[in-house]
Amino acid sequence: MKPSTVWMKALQAGALAVAVFISVGASDAGSRYNDLNHKLMCTCGCAEILGECNHVGCTSSTAELSELRAAINAGQTDQEIFAAFQAKYGAVVLAAPTTKGFDLVAWIAPFAVFAAALLGTVLLVRRWASLSIGKTQAALADPANEDPAERERREKIRRETGIDGGF
Amino acid sequence: MAAFGSFALLIALALAAYNLLAGALALRLLATGQPARISPERLADTARRAGIAGFVAISMAAFALVWSVFTNDFSITYIMEHSNRALPGAYKFSALWSGQEGSLLLWAWLLGIYSFVLRLTHKTDVTLYAYAGTIMAGIQVFFLAVLCFAAPPFALMTGQIPDDGNGLNPLLQYPEMVIHPPMLYLGYVGFSVPFAFALGALMMRYPGEKWIKVTRVWTMVTWLFLTAGIFLGMHWAYAVLGWGGYWGWDPVENASFMPWLTGTAFLHSVMMQEKKGMMKSWNVWLIFSTFLLTLLGTLLTRAGLVSSVHAFAQSSIGTWFVAFMCIVLAVCIFTYILQHSHLKSEHHLESLVSRESSFLFNNLVLLTACFVILWGTLFPILSEYVVGNKVTMGAPWYNRVAIPIGLFLLFLTGVGPLLPWRSASLKSIKRNFILPVIALWVTVLVCLAAGDLPWKDGAFDYGNFFALVAFSLSAAVTTAILSEFLRGAGVISRQTGRNLLSATWLLTRRNTRRYGGYIIHIGVVIVVIGLAGSAFNRNVESEMALHDKLTIGPYTLECTGATQDSNDNYNSDFAVLDVSKNGKSQFQMTPEKRTYLASGQPQTMVAIHSTPEWDLYVVYEGTNPDTGRPIIKAFLNPLVGWIWAGLAVLVWGTLIALVPSLTPSTAALRVPAKSAPIEPALKGGIL
Repeated sequence: MKPSTVWMKALQAGALAVAVFISVGASDAGSRYNDLNHKLMCTCGCAEILGECNHVGCTSSTAELSELRAAINAGQTDQEIFAAFQAKYGAVVLAAPTTKGFDLVAWIAPFAVFAAALLGTVLLVRRWASLSIGKTQAALADPANEDPAERERREKIRRETGIDGGF
Repeated sequence: MAAFGSFALLIALALAAYNLLAGALALRLLATGQPARISPERLADTARRAGIAGFVAISMAAFALVWSVFTNDFSITYIMEHSNRALPGAYKFSALWSGQEGSLLLWAWLLGIYSFVLRLTHKTDVTLYAYAGTIMAGIQVFFLAVLCFAAPPFALMTGQIPDDGNGLNPLLQYPEMVIHPPMLYLGYVGFSVPFAFALGALMMRYPGEKWIKVTRVWTMVTWLFLTAGIFLGMHWAYAVLGWGGYWGWDPVENASFMPWLTGTAFLHSVMMQEKKGMMKSWNVWLIFSTFLLTLLGTLLTRAGLVSSVHAFAQSSIGTWFVAFMCIVLAVCIFTYILQHSHLKSEHHLESLVSRESSFLFNNLVLLTACFVILWGTLFPILSEYVVGNKVTMGAPWYNRVAIPIGLFLLFLTGVGPLLPWRSASLKSIKRNFILPVIALWVTVLVCLAAGDLPWKDGAFDYGNFFALVAFSLSAAVTTAILSEFLRGAGVISRQTGRNLLSATWLLTRRNTRRYGGYIIHIGVVIVVIGLAGSAFNRNVESEMALHDKLTIGPYTLECTGATQDSNDNYNSDFAVLDVSKNGKSQFQMTPEKRTYLASGQPQTMVAIHSTPEWDLYVVYEGTNPDTGRPIIKAFLNPLVGWIWAGLAVLVWGTLIALVPSLTPSTAALRVPAKSAPIEPALKGGIL
């Protein structure tokens, strides 16, 4: 068996094992209370996540948590709960922007900037690489640029250390 | 003392202004060669001496404020608002930075210290230091002008002078608050130095990369202070705010994190300039941006543009900062346009898969992370402006957007050191990556087997998924770094006959910058492991009567008492909890709730029992007014201790990187007499 085939098989086996473990982990829907109270804000002005507001007797968080529990017990969906909270307390009650309207920009912009920067960097490096190859070929074509002693020294070091470079 | 302090500030302002004007004139005369009645060299030296004298004046002003705090001089408004008679001595120092005026004075004083050291070491390169010193004087003029005219720390009370002050904000009455702000400010202010050198070098078309070597130590020390300041802030938030976490993506936290990100990018990319003469414009703009971000952070939190849970020093000095930032930006752009031809790269990247390329991608990711945080901080303002609707950018948004970027950065931390300069062959990639890849997959399987499943209650769980990726990447990065150490140490061991540990130490000493950098990366990995542990946090809250029990994880907390105490500064209620683990009695915890007498404000004092596995974190939330029983909230936070341990490793790595490498002559002295001579490559591995 070729080494590359062995690598592919090992990779496939690893991926399969991961998939199996992940599937095993899937379970029934449980309490959403904790998840949802971490997606809402306390409105008392403490600027804390609803589920993490630790002010004893905080009227805002106590009321909000009661409303949340009641909404879950009433069988409302997440979206219905968020909409109700937003209607009552304003958009600031949601711990993160929605994915509608102008709020969507908040989610898209970071990834769009990252993708654009990544693409730009890759293109730039490729362009530089092609320029460097041209320069290197021109330099190699000129015997005056060759330094046999230097080349020999580099080769010796590479052989003996196996270290390719450093900071 | 108020008059003395105010007068000292005015003198400092006058001296800084003279330093700026005389320095600028002298440099202009030197650059153009115009004849003048006084020689430019002498004029520049008077400017330098004025800068030194200015530092003495600012120190006097700072001393005057501290003296006023300790002598309870409540005729000064600032002292009345931020101190009181019963405040313990250590916290009286904290009063210096607990308010707007005091923290600006601290900023100006620290800037004075940096400038003082810079001016004392001017013989390293007289002209470059004269440029840098003049630019520092310009920054100093701004802060002193704000102190003299917009936020005077020695403003006097009107009407009757009260007998006692309002006291220090209870949140700040915690030991770390004595060192966290100065550390953070040393970091913020310190970036003025590399900024001044970069701008000065550009103005004078400084030949070569020497200015980067000159500023390397400044930048690293500054970066270290900022890093330590951020972590101390995290620990303070963890121990004081009582919500069980240490990072809430608050605008104040974000303000300190943004310059850290660009500063980190700068520390990486300057290596490209030093080694290859590349990315010169990029580096100049990185340090310009870092300095501007320190100002922006201050503007955001001081001007009240964004709300924050711990902005202790808000006021209306925003206009001053906006104006100064515009001036700085205009000077940077103007200088760059005028001198950018001086910044042409000597080389270009040769391959997409190379060490240089990894540095570039590292910079890209760090700057994207900085953009994300800036975007998250400013989006509520933007949203209100565009659609008239203010939104919250809380932890769920940052966790979803910033964590993937952070994990990609962690991936690059592992990949970068394994790639050679210029270009990598497929053979070397296979050879270097095989162990890290194995470590990654083994960790994935172990984590899944241990129950870190990306599904919870039938739904995809981002927290668990990110933790799984973080643990796996951490294993891969650690393996990559350790294999780098072992490879180099193995060669030295073979050459010198030393054991592997001794060879590793010698290897590190021979290239402190490289291996110190690797140790920093290991510190980052340890921190990431600690952060990933937060995916498994759990908590339980209960009202506890005497001998009631509360169980969390393997711990059982039994309430054995609830009592009260008081002193001149505060009254406190605390619960006494006996903690047993798996049925065996272990230790006692006393979470506390204080009410400060001067301000009447309550404050929690969390009880934390820390182990490498997890922290048992107990909060006394108060007393139920109906039953009179204490309400206790207990958290079990896995791996938090790793975050603080990671900081220690990070500091250690930075200190090693700051130590000069052994020179060939001193290295030779450390080789056993009978051993063979060492090849040049082993002295640093730079090919």
